[in-house]
Amino acid sequence: MFLKAFWRGALAGAPAQLATFPFGLIFGALSVQAGLDVGQTMAMTVVVIAGASQLAALQLMADGAPAWLAVATGAVVNLRMAMYSAHIAQKWPGAPLATRALAAYTLHDQSYAFSIRRYAEAPDEGLTDRFGFYFGVALVCIVAWLAGCLTGALFGARLPEAWALEFAVPITFIAVFAPMLRTAPQAISAMASAGGALAFAFLPLGLGLMAAAALGIAAGLLAERALAR
Amino acid sequence: MSGAEAGAEAAQGMDGGYVWTVILGLGLVTYLIRFSGLGLLGAGAPPPWLARALAYVPTAVLPAIIAPLVAFDRATGGVAAPHAFIAAGLALAVGAWLRSLLPAILAGMAAFHLLRFAGL
Repeated sequence: MFLKAFWRGALAGAPAQLATFPFGLIFGALSVQAGLDVGQTMAMTVVVIAGASQLAALQLMADGAPAWLAVATGAVVNLRMAMYSAHIAQKWPGAPLATRALAAYTLHDQSYAFSIRRYAEAPDEGLTDRFGFYFGVALVCIVAWLAGCLTGALFGARLPEAWALEFAVPITFIAVFAPMLRTAPQAISAMASAGGALAFAFLPLGLGLMAAAALGIAAGLLAERALAR
Repeated sequence: MSGAEAGAEAAQGMDGGYVWTVILGLGLVTYLIRFSGLGLLGAGAPPPWLARALAYVPTAVLPAIIAPLVAFDRATGGVAAPHAFIAAGLALAVGAWLRSLLPAILAGMAAFHLLRFAGL
């Protein structure tokens, strides 16, 4: 049953929103401090609905980067979702196009991770139950994300400088990234990427990021091959 | 209006056309990335080489953004103070250990403020 599965998903996803809300708070506050108004901040949150990429794009906008570069950087941050999309599509055989189109909008780190785990635990559930659970997780996540961003946008301009909110940007990225680190090739990939980004810091804004990311992916693949021997 | 001008005016607000271009552009590209696998449903899994490369995207992209933000002081343009490196290292350790976002943010920000207060 859809509704029952929906509630199960919402309940499973609820504790994780303790993290989504403050992440939204940080984005909303930094966005209004960078010069976007509350409406633009919320429009970005609703249209893009991907925290790390919004923060990355905002960083480049605040630095005065051209629009295409802010879009390209945000897109690179979101490339991992192509992997989620290909993986979760295999769990939804025969799903109608309209449902897939809606599910694409709500495909986030949390809705993906919680659902894949649930599908492994309950492999006999049908498509209706699978979508129920997925949209349940997605809804609580979206509500917490929008509420956090709105709260940050409304009150962020009044936060004191001493809070050093700008340092919350790298810390938030680290907090998104650290739990994903599981294998040795991933760690090597991350170190190559970080080292590359520092070495390429002289390149024009954004190009260093692309070069370092490419270096990191290559290092990960090479390490995987070397360790497999 | 160029992006550079938009950045210079940041405190007073950014040019609307510039902001909306980024919002709609990033929104469209992000949606297409999310729809990529779902739209091809039935067309089979992506080729193995692409799947393997994509698996390294999260761990290759985020450190490239993080490293310069931690290592350079945006106000002075020089190398950041030691407390920035220590706080970042602590957030990394807590996040990797507990596999959770919020404790990592709290540990990193608390360490940053405590160490700065202590004069490190």
